[in-house]
Amino acid sequence: MSTTTQPTSSTSSVASKSSALKRSMTVVLYGGLIVLALLEFGPFILTLSNSFKCLPAIQAEPQALIPLPPFGVDCRLPNGASLPASATTTRLTFNPGLEGYRRIFQFNLDRWLINSVIYSVSVTLLRLIIDSLAGYALARIRFPGNRVLFFLILGTMMIPGIVLVIPRFLILKELVLLNTYQGLIFALAADAFGVFLMKQFFESVPKEIEEAAFVDGANRLTLFFRVVMPMATPALTALAIFSFQGTWNAFLDPLIIVGGNQDLLNLPLGLALLRGQFGNTLEWNVFLAGSVITTLPLALVFFFFQRYFVQGISYSGLKG
Amino acid sequence: MATNSLQRLKRNDALAGYGFMTPALLVFLIFLFLPIFFAIFVSFTNWNGITPFRQEGAYEFVGFENYYNLLIKRGIRQKDFYNSLKNTVYYALGVVPFQTLFALMLAVLVNQKWLRGKGVFRTAFYFPSVSSSVVISLIFMWLFGKGGIVNIGLSALIPIYEPITWLDDSRGIIHELLGLFGITRATAGDWVNVRLATLTLWEWISGPSITLLLIMILNTWTTIGSLMIIYLAALQDIPEQMHEAAMIDGANRWQVFHKITVPMLTPATFFVVTLGLISTLQVFDQIFVITSGGPAKTTMTIAYGVYQSGFRNSDMGLAAASALVLFVIIFVLTLVQRRFVKESLYS
Repeated sequence: MSTTTQPTSSTSSVASKSSALKRSMTVVLYGGLIVLALLEFGPFILTLSNSFKCLPAIQAEPQALIPLPPFGVDCRLPNGASLPASATTTRLTFNPGLEGYRRIFQFNLDRWLINSVIYSVSVTLLRLIIDSLAGYALARIRFPGNRVLFFLILGTMMIPGIVLVIPRFLILKELVLLNTYQGLIFALAADAFGVFLMKQFFESVPKEIEEAAFVDGANRLTLFFRVVMPMATPALTALAIFSFQGTWNAFLDPLIIVGGNQDLLNLPLGLALLRGQFGNTLEWNVFLAGSVITTLPLALVFFFFQRYFVQGISYSGLKG
Repeated sequence: MATNSLQRLKRNDALAGYGFMTPALLVFLIFLFLPIFFAIFVSFTNWNGITPFRQEGAYEFVGFENYYNLLIKRGIRQKDFYNSLKNTVYYALGVVPFQTLFALMLAVLVNQKWLRGKGVFRTAFYFPSVSSSVVISLIFMWLFGKGGIVNIGLSALIPIYEPITWLDDSRGIIHELLGLFGITRATAGDWVNVRLATLTLWEWISGPSITLLLIMILNTWTTIGSLMIIYLAALQDIPEQMHEAAMIDGANRWQVFHKITVPMLTPATFFVVTLGLISTLQVFDQIFVITSGGPAKTTMTIAYGVYQSGFRNSDMGLAAASALVLFVIIFVLTLVQRRFVKESLYS
């Protein structure tokens, strides 16, 4: 972590010219960073505000960002025709409504949302247990084949997902798990990265506490759940966040495993298939509303647990 | 401790070890290890993906026929494969260097001690890589659409800008660049009509199409944040004293960055480039959502081709073969890259 106690090299007689240069450099750097930050984050702000617009308003003035009352505008006139853009938007402001959100829910979005929660929560819980059991065994228990297994598991991170798609489809089909919740959940129930992350974490904590408990006669499994798991909270949090995020955003695996059943789609898959149905004329308020609903849960997780994302990367020993 | 109790402890350890590993190994066995062998197996068959695999006559062994059709035999399959290989390679070569450079640059900037609002910048840069690839693809389709905000903005900023139909433009950017110098297929000379694996040399040097370029921009935009975090973690591991010592010895900032920071970051760079290669070479989601391989097959990538021949054209054997060829390409490129980074480390 950053060291705050470093003495700043103080060359007391700095020429005013170099300090002016320094100041203008600072301005340029801040300016550059702000522009980049806007480029990276701006699209999400645009998406959020446009998801509340009527379709003509999105087409005419997508850049209008400031919501003004009246809120909850109805995008249709009593006779069924849609309101012209000028009725709900100006260059900078717009009157927000919920048409996009109403419409996307008509396309089964509630089902996708529930499915996404089911997949993400089950996969995350399973990985927390399975990955940490395996990570602990690899880090702490000496058994024949320990290192071979570790490298085998690490090696699987190199295998492109697309190679696995066809055989996974075949295996699940044979097991009659294709187009079932269990099929997708089992396929994702453990991951090499998670095992690796937990192994690295367990290797970084001192053995003494476990050894003391071990001498006291606790068996391995009790020890693991009573002593080891509670100590591992930071790593488990990071693992939980990565697993939740990965499963929430999963697309290729759901496409292959549950794509054949309309009732089992998750949010990304539902949106992607819906986009296919629309062809080339997408109702953008509908799709932007769907995008917001898909992104919001992750955004909340991200803003609350941000530091764990960074920590997770350092536990896995990927730094340096 | 008596020997027999030690032995018992060892045996217990072995039992516990395998016991703890069992759930993970089961999952890996069924969904990672076995699939590799099945993929190889399927690639030597003509299974259609629909008939149950164990049913009599569900597939025939065709030996290397799938590989032969893909790589050697002249025809539409070969043409499609090399076309998708070309697109995939342009994609990876375009995205990986840019995202790596940008990530490094951002990490160094965000790591500056005097910078205020680090957290805000980090969040803004990282957020795109938290979001779903499908959502990002939809957002980009909207932003870069016909009357989309990108065209509106560029027209306002640059008076001579003619709106580009980003989502449906198959012109290759290298062809376009050559065109600026008056070089076209007709004027470039006869050599451009030489065919190499069904494609003419002129086709090989097309560069990514405008639409593929859009997806490359999308990919770079999405990933620089997470790669930046990897660089940040690595940067914070470099002892401050190294920089100070160099500064005292009279090195300027650029020299410090060039001669100390970058070499110290080599392992992180290796990791970032490897990750980048593995993910760009299998680009799929964005293609599925935005273009389905069009226009004029210029966004057809190997991974999307695998999906199409396997699940749309019911040719699982061919699909498995192309997936394995992709695997080999990724594997070889990663090794080459590793060699390259190692050499630069010791030179």
